[in-house]
Formats: sequence, C-alpha cells, structure tokens
Amino acid sequence: MGLGHFLRARVFAHGVHTPQNKDVTNRLPVRRLPFASRMILPLDQHIGKPSIPIVNVRQEVVRGEPLARADGFMSVPIHAPATGMIESIELMPTARGPKTMSIVLRVHPGSNQEVLYGMPQDIDSMSPEEIIQAVQDSGLVGLGGAAFPCHVKLCVPEGHNVDTLMVNGCECEPYLTTDHRVMVENTDDLLRGVEIARRAAGAQQAVIGIEDNKQDAYEAIRAKLPKDGHIRVATVPTKYPQGSEKLLISVLLGREVPSGGLPSEVGVLVNNVGTLAKLGELLPAGQTLIERVVTIAGPGVKKPGNYIIPIGTPLRFVMQQVGFTGSAQRVILGGPMMGAAVASLDVPVTKGVTGLLAFSSATSIEESSRKIYHCIKCGKCLEACPLHLNPSQLGLLAAKRQYETMAERYHLFDCFECGCCSYVCPAGIPLVQYFRVAKSVNREKAA
Amino acid sequence: MSQVTPRIELRTSPHLHEGPSVDQIMRNVVWALLPICGMAVYTFGVSVLVLVLVVVATCLLTEYAFSVFSGAQQTLGDYSALITGVLLALTLPPGFPLWMGAVAGFVAIALGKVLFGGLGCNVFNPALVGRAFVQAAFPVAITTWTPALAPGRFLEFIPSSLAVPLSQAPDVAQWSKQVSVDAFSGATPLALQKFESIVSDPLSLALGLVPGSAGETSAGLILICGLYLALRRMLNWRIPVAVLLSAAVTAAAFHWFDPGRYPDAVFVVLSGGLMLGAWFMATDMVGSPVTPAGVWIFGALIGFLTVIIRLFGGLTEGVMYAILLANAASPLIDAITQPRVYGERKRTNRR
Repeated sequence: MGLGHFLRARVFAHGVHTPQNKDVTNRLPVRRLPFASRMILPLDQHIGKPSIPIVNVRQEVVRGEPLARADGFMSVPIHAPATGMIESIELMPTARGPKTMSIVLRVHPGSNQEVLYGMPQDIDSMSPEEIIQAVQDSGLVGLGGAAFPCHVKLCVPEGHNVDTLMVNGCECEPYLTTDHRVMVENTDDLLRGVEIARRAAGAQQAVIGIEDNKQDAYEAIRAKLPKDGHIRVATVPTKYPQGSEKLLISVLLGREVPSGGLPSEVGVLVNNVGTLAKLGELLPAGQTLIERVVTIAGPGVKKPGNYIIPIGTPLRFVMQQVGFTGSAQRVILGGPMMGAAVASLDVPVTKGVTGLLAFSSATSIEESSRKIYHCIKCGKCLEACPLHLNPSQLGLLAAKRQYETMAERYHLFDCFECGCCSYVCPAGIPLVQYFRVAKSVNREKAA
Repeated sequence: MSQVTPRIELRTSPHLHEGPSVDQIMRNVVWALLPICGMAVYTFGVSVLVLVLVVVATCLLTEYAFSVFSGAQQTLGDYSALITGVLLALTLPPGFPLWMGAVAGFVAIALGKVLFGGLGCNVFNPALVGRAFVQAAFPVAITTWTPALAPGRFLEFIPSSLAVPLSQAPDVAQWSKQVSVDAFSGATPLALQKFESIVSDPLSLALGLVPGSAGETSAGLILICGLYLALRRMLNWRIPVAVLLSAAVTAAAFHWFDPGRYPDAVFVVLSGGLMLGAWFMATDMVGSPVTPAGVWIFGALIGFLTVIIRLFGGLTEGVMYAILLANAASPLIDAITQPRVYGERKRTNRR
C-alpha cells in the first residue's frame, strides 16, 4: 500500500452517494442475445455528422460489412450487425425522439451469422495516423454513453501536448456493470486496446482509473499489466459522478481542466475502458463494431444481466428475451442518473447504449408524484454540484427564461448534466431538464 | 409472439431522488418547535397555549383565503404557514392580546409572504414581518411582560390576553404584582441589564424561567431542538453557529472595553430571542444566502447587528431587526460570494 494508497485516497469535493444496485449483475458472466429478425440502424448513432448509406434496398449484406460510410472526419461508418437483406432506408423512431433516417435490415433466419468481413492487420507496423484511420474504419465510438467518434478522441488537437492516456473505468452510474464485466472478462483485449491507443495518441503513460467498488476488476488488470510500466491501474473512491472525465483527471493526476476547455489542454486524453477493450478486440482482427455489451437490469426485468446485443436490435425484442414483470412504467436507456426514458419500445439499441433499465410500478424508484415546489434556496444543490456551479440560481433564472444570463454569468455550459442537483433537490425541481432547454436555446441563438 | 406493451412513463433524468422533500423538512421543523411550545405553555400558562392556537389559525386561514381568492394552488400542505404561525406566536409576549396576535398572523402571511408570491419568493422572514408590524402598531402591548411560573397560570388567563379591540387595556402590572412571588418589576433580563445593570445568572437563562417572549426564554431547550434539526440536515448549522459566534465575539469585545457597562458574551448569547432567532429564524432557507461563503457572512452580520442594536439602540432587543436587515442583504451577499467554478480561468469582466 504505502504511498500508492495515500495517493488513491484523494476524493473530489461535492457529488452524491447514490445507491449502487450493481450486485445483481456484476457477478454474472456476459451472455449473448439471439438475433432479432429485423434490425434498425439510425445513421446518426454517433456525435458528429450522420453516416451516408452505401447500400441499396434489397441488397444482400454479410455480417460486419459496411452499410454507410463516414461523412468526413467527425463521423464514423456503420456496419451490418447480421447477415441479411436491406429492407428499406427510411425515417424510423429513435430513442432521442425525432425520427431519423435509418437503414432497416431483414436478417436471414438461416444464416450462421459468422463474421466473414474483415482482414487481420498488423498493428505494430502501423503509424499513429494509420491506426487512427483504422479506428475510424471500424466504426468505433465511445461506448461509455456519449458515442463520440473514438478516432477523434485519439487525435491530439493542434498545439496541445499529451503525456497521459486516461482510461475511465469508473462506471459510477447505479445499476450499470458493463465496463465492470468487460474489465474482468476481456482484460487482454482491454490492455491491448490501451497500448494501441497510447501509441496512437503518443502518450508516455496510460492510467486506468477504477472505482474502488470493483476490486476484482482492479486485481484482474493489475495481474496482467505489461512489464514495461507504460500502463498503470489505480482505484478511486466510489462516489457519483466520479466517471466524469474532469473529476477523474483531478483525482488521479491533480490537474484541473479549464472551464470550456478540453482535457488535452492539461495533457490528457480520456477514453472509456469498454471502448478500448472493443478497440483491442476489433483492430487486430480488422473487424467492425456490430455488437456491444449492455447491462439489462432494474426491478422490472426477470433475467437481469449483461448481454452482448447486436447494434440495431429493437428494444421490444430485447425485453421479450429478458422478460418483463408486466407492469413496467419506465424504460431507461443508460443509467438512472443520466439516462433517457424512452417513449416507445420500437427504437433500437444503438452504439451509445450502456444499459437498459426497466422499473415497474410496484417497485418504482421514486414516488412518481413527487410534488414540485418553488425553490426555497436551501443550497443543497450547491453542496452537491461537483463543478461548484450554482444550480439554485441557474434554476431561478431558467424559470424566468433568462437563458443568456445563465450562460454568461453562471457557467451554464460547464454543466455536464450529471443530475446531482436534481437528485438532492427537496423542492423536486427538474433542474437538469431546465439546463438542457437553456443550453439548446442558447445554441440556437448562437447559430 | 406475446406483445410487450408496458404503460411507459416519460420523465427526464435523473430518475433517482434522495433526501427529504420540502414538506418533510417543514414538518420536521414543526416537530422541533413543539417542545419549545410546550415549555412556553409550562412557563406562562394557558394564555400562551391559546395565543399560539389563535396566531397559527390566523396564519393558516390567511394562506387558505389568499389561495382561494387568487385561484392559485392550495399551499397549506407545505407546512410553511404553520411554521410561520408557531414562530410568530413564540416571539410575542405571553400576555399579548389575542386579537393583536391575529393581526400579527394576518400581516405575517399577507404582507410577509403571499404578496411576494408565496413560499420561496418572500424576501423577509414572514413571522418577523408580522412581529415588526405589531411592534410598530402596538408598542405598549408588545413590551408588557408578565412573570414566569405564575401560580394558577394553567387555570386563568393573563388579563391582557382577553383584551377587547380598541378599548382600554386591562392593568397587567397590577395583576403581575399579585401573582408574582418576588416583587416583579415587569422587566426582561435584557431590560434589567440595560437599564439597571442587573445581570441574570446563566442557568436561569438557559432554563428559561424568566420573563420574556413566550418561546424565547429557554435557551437550552431551543439549542437542543435546533441541534436535532441540524443533525437531521434539515437546517444549515453554519448559520446559527455564525450568528452565535459573531454575537459572542462582538459582545466580548465591548465587555473587555467596559465590563461595567456592557454585558458579557455568555449573557448576550443566552438572553432575549437570540437563540430562537439564530436556530429557527435566521435559518429560514428562503431569506438566507445559498452560497457556502455567503451563509457565514449572513450569520455573522446578524450576530453583530443584534449586539449593536441591543447595546446602542433604543430597544432592548435587536434580533428581529438584525435578521430582517440581513434578509434584505441576502441577495447582495449571494451576488458577491458566487463560488469559484471548477476549471474557471482568471475572472474576466464579462457581463
């Protein structure tokens, strides 16, 4: 222990201690879900420009084959999650709300669904630029929820000097255990991916940060660390939202990312463990992102666990496979703190989906009719906000629609919507939702 | 194939909540005030019991009436009007005429709260607005004190309690002399100290068996009830700590300067309404700042102003005006104590 333990004891100020609810799924091995008969692949699953379809309706495709190409650098291609035939390219509902252009794939029931597409490539002989191109070609995005193109995250912006690759294994959201299982089960893939990403980014060291409620993951990684010392692993105290990259950088490196700036300004690139494990799995084989691990949990689910689900699988199919306890009232994509409730089960699992949580009426996670009061200025939100914002004042301004003041004087755009303020608010004010609206109004005005 | 068709509820994240809601907090404040009410009734008798009931009833009725007339949502369920009523009653003299108590209750809710827009919008502590009004309107009644532990206090009213509006007030001084064991001078410990330089002993102040406003006398009990709320995280402990520390330091400085003329810190902290004000009125969330630094400044301001008013003002007590002034300063304090945001670069003059 010694000094290492002393360093690890650092903890960020504020934040909240949520119930964990991870015990149900974090010990179960990852299982595979069968293929649905019909897959829906939205063209804008990632942040950035939507992909451009390169297949025609009624065309036969094999599993892993590209269906849409990247539109420029801030975009990624989309690949066939199963062998089948293109049924249509049309507007389909998505979890985000509005219908978006999607490729609909009719899966061949008779296919053995072997991945036939892709050629193994020798990563060691590739230059950083070639690696970044290969990452983009694989269609990989941040699997921690944001779905930001992975190859963009590996590029160091002009003028910035990066020395550390931060690998985020905190997974601080309650219920979610995908990263946890991947760290335990796919440790070799993860370490291979970390090494590839470290070389591509030109960083001297890589640090894997894990919340101390995942000791088995920490031990599994530590036992397999390469001897050259480029990669190290560290635990951080369990607290929400430790998985925020800014807070992780603070706790592990003692550096503070400037307001409105990127981690690379303080010499750090951040990637999620699930993303890099996928990278370590796909890149040497020359394969593509066609499936991902999703935590399915919540009191409304009969067979909770972590499942490998083909991208594009409709939620209804997933729910049928894992079993519903009937009266589910709320289905959430992602974690309960930052995830979005979906309006329909006819939307697909996309690249950024970390979890699928179902809550039934009998086991509702909160009394659904929590009354909303006017802000009583108790200040609990200020004590909870990990970025030391003033959510109380922001909320009062939002109620008066003074969105510009919020952005100019109260750091609205620093808020990353972790939900701590709404979580503790005695008045039940949907602060985070206010801030989302305020941000989009400000963005529209700026555009 | 069985169709999965749940009734789906759309809500925005976060989907989890923790901690008490506004009504739970307010309810706990009511619980914490009940022992103080009990002590007040024990000390001063049935007059206080009826005074509390009348003031609370007026507050609730006023709140209800306004919500009916304005067509707004009914807000009695948040318990805040109830707290205002109880607190207001506890700051009044035990023999305060009941009809004046009703006036105070009406003003507290109508002027102190509803006119600003209800709970969360008021600038001043509503209970203190009500008390400030009757302080100005009925200067004699609000400074007429009666002895503690009068015999027969549970059976008969203090004569002034049942005074009829706009008529000659009954002679309370005469009554006080009759019921008083020792020669009752009609003065609170604060007045005794200020005008006669008689300093009451700390124990009797902590127990509260002295003349004064109905619920302010027992400093010890108020402290215990306040601590209960603080431990349950229903009030911000920094405010009472700042108020009491600031009052003690200010008082100690003057006492050191002229011990004969100025009272010591212990007397200042335990006497008058300071304890009740520090724990239950300064901590009113609506009127206090939200920033971590602002809370300390706010409390310190109250403690300092209280001592200054007590020592140099015409009144014997200064807690009420100190809190009202600090309430007024609260938005300003908030504005100048905005926390430093994570990653904030050097402050620029952006507007």
